[in-house]
Amino acid sequence: MFAYIVRRVAAGMVMILAMSLVTMLLFFASPADPARYTCGKNCTPQLLEQNRKALGYDQPVLSYWVDFTKGIFVGSEFPKDPALKKSAPETIADCPAPCLGYSPQSSRPVRDIIVEKLPVSASLAIAAFIMWMIAGVGLGIVAALRKGSIVDRAIVGSALVFYAFPTFFIGLGLYVFLALKWGIVPVPAYTSIADGGVGLWLQGLFLPALTLALVYIAGYIRLTRAFVLEVKGEDYLRTAQAKGLTSGRILFKHTLRGALTPIATVAGLDLGGLLGGTIITEQVFNYDGLGRTAVMAATTYDLPVTVGIVLVAATFVITANIVVDVLYAVIDPRVKYS
Amino acid sequence: MSEIHRDVEFGAGTTDETFDLEQEPETKKIEGRTPWQLARARLRRDRLSMIALTVATIVVVMAILAPILDLLGVLKPNDFNPELIDPALGGYPRGAFGGMSWTHPLGVEPGTGRDTLSRVVLGLTFSLIVAISATLIAVVVGTVLGLISGFLGHWADWSISRLADMVLAFPVTLMLLALSGMFIDIIGKVVPNDNVATGIYIVFVLGFFGWPTFARIIRGQVLSMREREFIEAARSLGASNRRIYFKELLPNLWAPILVYGTLVLPAYVSAEAALSFLGVGIKPPTPTLGNILANSVNYASSVPIFFLVPGLAIATVVLSFNLLGDGLRDALDPKADR
Repeated sequence: MFAYIVRRVAAGMVMILAMSLVTMLLFFASPADPARYTCGKNCTPQLLEQNRKALGYDQPVLSYWVDFTKGIFVGSEFPKDPALKKSAPETIADCPAPCLGYSPQSSRPVRDIIVEKLPVSASLAIAAFIMWMIAGVGLGIVAALRKGSIVDRAIVGSALVFYAFPTFFIGLGLYVFLALKWGIVPVPAYTSIADGGVGLWLQGLFLPALTLALVYIAGYIRLTRAFVLEVKGEDYLRTAQAKGLTSGRILFKHTLRGALTPIATVAGLDLGGLLGGTIITEQVFNYDGLGRTAVMAATTYDLPVTVGIVLVAATFVITANIVVDVLYAVIDPRVKYS
Repeated sequence: MSEIHRDVEFGAGTTDETFDLEQEPETKKIEGRTPWQLARARLRRDRLSMIALTVATIVVVMAILAPILDLLGVLKPNDFNPELIDPALGGYPRGAFGGMSWTHPLGVEPGTGRDTLSRVVLGLTFSLIVAISATLIAVVVGTVLGLISGFLGHWADWSISRLADMVLAFPVTLMLLALSGMFIDIIGKVVPNDNVATGIYIVFVLGFFGWPTFARIIRGQVLSMREREFIEAARSLGASNRRIYFKELLPNLWAPILVYGTLVLPAYVSAEAALSFLGVGIKPPTPTLGNILANSVNYASSVPIFFLVPGLAIATVVLSFNLLGDGLRDALDPKADR
C-alpha cells in the first residue's frame, strides 16, 4: 500500500511538471508577445526588451521551463540579473521556494496571489460540496426507496431539468431575481471569516454555492438512486431482513455502506476539480477567487499567473485522484493494491 | 443451407417440399432478432425516450431548415425593427411580454428590435454545428486512440493512458480562455472570417479535451473483447490487424459510441454558451444559442421573457439529448431485459 502511494505521488509530480511544460509551450508558440502586455501605453522598445529579458521570455521554452522548475525547489529572484543585484538590490523581488513565478502585471510573486485567492475558491467549493452531498444523497435515497412513485419521478425529473440549464443562466437567475429584484436573499459578496465572522461568510457563500450545488446535484441524485437500488438486490440485504433488523438499521448500516462507496469516489473527484477555481460561478457572482484571477490572467497574457493556476488546479485534480483510490481501498475491503 | 440446396439440386422431394425447405431459414430470421432490432423495440417501449427522440429530431430538423428559411426570407434574424422598441425606456421592447405579437411570437431583442424566434432558430443551427463537430472530433480521436491503446497494449497503451490522464487534469475552460487570443489569431490567418475562426477554435479545443473520455470507454470495451472467441477466430484465420480493427471490433463498438456521443453533444451545447458568456464565443450578428443567452443576461430583470427564451431553448436541447442518451444506453444494454 505504502509503495503504491509513493508510486502514484511520484507519477503525479511528473505529470504536473509535464503539464507546466505543455502550458508554456502553448504560450511560447503564440505569435503574440507576452512582454507586450507587461508595460502600459508609454512603452519604449528598450523597456520592452528589458521586461522580456527580466521575465525570461527571450529564452527558448525549455530553459524557461527549467528555470521555473528550479524555482519550485530552490526559489528564485526576479529579474534574474546578478549585475543588477549588485547595483540596485531593492529592484529585485525575492521569490523563495516553492516559487511559482512572478507576475509582471501585478508585480507580485504568483504564489502570493494564489495564497490570497485560494480561500475564496475553496470556501465556495466546500460549501457547494456540502450542499449537494446532503441534498443529493438524501433525495437519491428517498427516490430509490419510493421507486416508481410520483415522488421518485418529481425528484429525478427536476434534477434533470436543473442539469439542463447552463450554469451562468441558473446563477444569474438566482442572483438577479432572488437577490436583486425580490430581495429574498442578501446580495452575495465574499467576506472572509477573519473579516466578518462565520455568519457573514456563510451568507456571502449561500447563492453561489447554491448555484454550483444545483448544477452538480442531478448527478448525485441519479447515482445514489442507482446504487441504492443495486444494493437492495444483494443477498446480504435479504439476510439482514431475515435476521429481523429494523428498516432504519438496514438502510443506514447495510444499504448505504455498500451504495455510498462509489459515490465517495465521484464526490472526491468533483471536489478536486472545483477547488482549483470555478470560473463561471465566480464570474457571475463577482467572486475574486482563482477562477476569476485565471480569466484575468488569460486575457492579459499574464503567463506566470496562468501557469500557476493551471498547476494548482491540476494538483488538486491529481491529488483527488490519488486520495480517492487510496480511500477506496480503505472503505472497501475487497479492493487491494499491490 | 448447402445441404438443403444439394438435396434440391439432386431432385429430392417435390416442389412443395422445396418451398418449405426454402422458407425455414426465413421464419427463423423473424424469431431471432438482431441486437439492433431488440434495442429498437426496447426503445420504442420506453415512452420518455420516445418523447426525447421526437424533441431531438424536431430540434435537428429545425436546425437544418433554419438557414434555408433564412435565405427564403421567412426568418429575419438580422432585420432591425426600431419601431418595436421604446428608446424612452432604454430600448426595451414595446408591449407586454418582451414585445410578443403574432409576427414576433417570442418577442424582440431589446435595443435592436430583432425577432427573437428567428435568432433562436438560426442560433440552434450554429450551436449544433459547433457541438456536433466537436463531438465528432472527440469521438474519432477517442475511438482511434482507444482502439490502439486497448489492442496493442504495452507501451502504446501506457503512453496513451498517461496522455489521457494529463489532458483530463487540465482545467478545460481556463485553457479555452487562455489559448483563445493566440489560436484564433493563427486560425484567422487561414480563414478570413473572425467568427469562423472562433468556431473552428472552439470545435478543436472542445474536441481535443473531450477525447480522453471516449478513449477510456473504447479501451475498456476493447480489452474485454480482445479475449473473446471471435477475435481469436479471426486471428487464426490470418486476418490482418486492420481487418480485425475495422471489421471485427468497430461494429461492436457502435453502441457505446452512439450512447456517449449523444450524452456529450448536449454538454458541448452548454460549453458553447458558457464560452459566449465569458466573451470568447462566436460574436453577433451571427446568432448562436450561447451568444443570444449571454446578451439576454443584461436584461434578466428588465425583460425577463427575453432572458428566459434562450435559456429554455438550450435546456430543451440539452434535456432531450440527455434523455435520449439515457434511453439508448438502457435500450442497447443486452442485460436490460433480465
